[in-house]
Amino acid sequence: MKALVWHGKQDIRCDRVSDPEIEDPRDAIIKVTSCAICGSDLHLFHNLIPAMLPGDIMGHEMMGEVVEVGSTAKNALRKGDRIVVPFTIICGECDQCKRGNFSVCERTNRKKALADKVFGHTTAGLFGYTHLTGGYPGGQAEYLRVPFADATHIKVPPQLSDEQALFLGDILPTGWQAAAQCDIAPTDIVAIWGCGPVGQMAIRSAMLLGARTVVAIDHLPERLSMAEAAGAITIDFMQDSVVGRLNDLTDGKGPDKCIDAVGLEAHVSPAQPDSVLDRAKQMLMLENDRPHVLREMIYVCRPAGVISVPGVYSGLVDKLPLGMAMNKGLTFRMGQTHVNRWTDDLLRRIEEGQIDPSFVITHTVRLEDGPEMYRVFRDKQDSCIKVVLKP
Amino acid sequence: MTILARAADRARSAREPRILETGRSSLRGPDRLARGLGWFSIALGVIELLGARRLARAFGMQGAEWLIRSYGVREIASGLGALSINPASGIASRIGGDGLDLLTLMAANCRTRKQRDNVELALLAVAGVSLLDLYCHQELSSLHQRRGTARDYRDRSGFPNGKPKLE
Ligand SMILES: NC(=O)c1ccc[n+]([C@@H]2O[C@H](COP(=O)([O-])OP(=O)(O)OC[C@H]3O[C@@H](n4cnc5c(N)ncnc54)[C@H](O)[C@@H]3O)[C@@H](O)[C@H]2O)c1
Ligand SMILES: [Zn+2]
Ligand SMILES: [Zn+2]
Repeated sequence: MKALVWHGKQDIRCDRVSDPEIEDPRDAIIKVTSCAICGSDLHLFHNLIPAMLPGDIMGHEMMGEVVEVGSTAKNALRKGDRIVVPFTIICGECDQCKRGNFSVCERTNRKKALADKVFGHTTAGLFGYTHLTGGYPGGQAEYLRVPFADATHIKVPPQLSDEQALFLGDILPTGWQAAAQCDIAPTDIVAIWGCGPVGQMAIRSAMLLGARTVVAIDHLPERLSMAEAAGAITIDFMQDSVVGRLNDLTDGKGPDKCIDAVGLEAHVSPAQPDSVLDRAKQMLMLENDRPHVLREMIYVCRPAGVISVPGVYSGLVDKLPLGMAMNKGLTFRMGQTHVNRWTDDLLRRIEEGQIDPSFVITHTVRLEDGPEMYRVFRDKQDSCIKVVLKP
Repeated sequence: MTILARAADRARSAREPRILETGRSSLRGPDRLARGLGWFSIALGVIELLGARRLARAFGMQGAEWLIRSYGVREIASGLGALSINPASGIASRIGGDGLDLLTLMAANCRTRKQRDNVELALLAVAGVSLLDLYCHQELSSLHQRRGTARDYRDRSGFPNGKPKLE
């Protein structure tokens, strides 16, 4: 089959690889009908997440048709079922899964010993991600083996198109969880950094959850226009002072809730001098991440507010003003998304027409064009916001 | 790279997909050229750092060993930049460095025929590499820059039933 394979920093190729096979009775194999490139894939593309290996198949946002089912998975899935695969692999039975903490499932990371050493405790297995999370082959491919498939799936009703359902596997619940973790009250002003696909979903989620005002921050005009489409007030961080504007918009009080939908690759520019220093340290391997947005959020957030972090961070960060956060009494919520905690509710909202996540798709191309689209998405060319690949 | 993938196969389970045939990469010509220049820069930097005394003798620059060593550090820094995810900055810094190298060589105070020959040869080499750096920088910029006008997505609310009521 064809698959997008990681060969090294910025080197992704559309290779011919052998087909996946059922390895365990709980497995299923799907024929991928649609998959997408995620902002997290860019961190892998840039080799900023440790423990990727040449030959790893990319992709963790995918859906398709079940073509083979292991003997145990047969209890939940049948050939021909149409499913979205959540990017977090879940057993559905462990202590954490029972509490709905799916992204920290205790059983699905097959490199548990390694993860225990590096993170202190293992987290869930993830598709198309580092070997610290199991190194499972991803779904930017024609076929995908879904481990623990009896639990790791979301069934899609036939009336929904691929485009409407696909993002249930990652960015929609990610934006939703980011907003839900803010415990939004009807009086709240929610500020969201980053208007990429995750930011766009977070903006709409915050609105559906009843925020009074949503403010969206980015510097790319096409992304800001998409934020405006939802009714957000926008700030271009290259034109305006983010702190100044946010204080103006909140009578000097600061936003009640802040969401970081940027993560470890904050834009580098002399206008944000700390980002230049972080970049230099990153290159010299003195720091893993560029936490400019975290610093800005801690500074501007209203005391007793919430900081919610769906943006991915990989390791060590410097100069985080923890004293400021402590004295302001801020609450931090973060994590990889507990996808299946939210998907029943979100599927219903899509069916009811409350939200249609396909609004974010700007490019649909063949799988073979994937390597080129990684570059286009990374370089923010052609007003690209979200790429869907059709194997 | 495919050799590395083969080696990495040991971290995979027995029945997992393996590469059979490798296809077109996201890395394009200018990206590869930048990587080549990056490694070249680092190699040259190491030579300048460790062999400053010999270089000074060859070019009639005795007494300026410290300058050669500092150029070595500069080459290594530019090289790291060229190997980074934003190679254009590293190549730009190489172009600045090329200019300095040319000026420094022209100012060399040669006392022997041999030294003069060496300097001429070095000038030629630096001029050649400068052209390559300029070409690479231009190609990188045109490959990676944002082009055209930004599209307007203000018709994409994502709320089929209409926007939730705010304020
Ligand atoms: N927690 C999860 O489970 C989960 C799931 C999916 C994605 N993510 C992460 O969410 C983040 C965003 O993903 P995406 O797909 O939207 O990526 P993206 O790269 O398309 O979007 C990031 C956006 O942030 C903007 N930005 C950069 N610096 C900024 C700054 N200083 N202030 C404001 N905006 C800034 C960029 O211009 C860009 O539009 C990534 O870190 C990704 O890894 C997390
Ligand atoms: Zn993702
Ligand atoms: Zn579990």
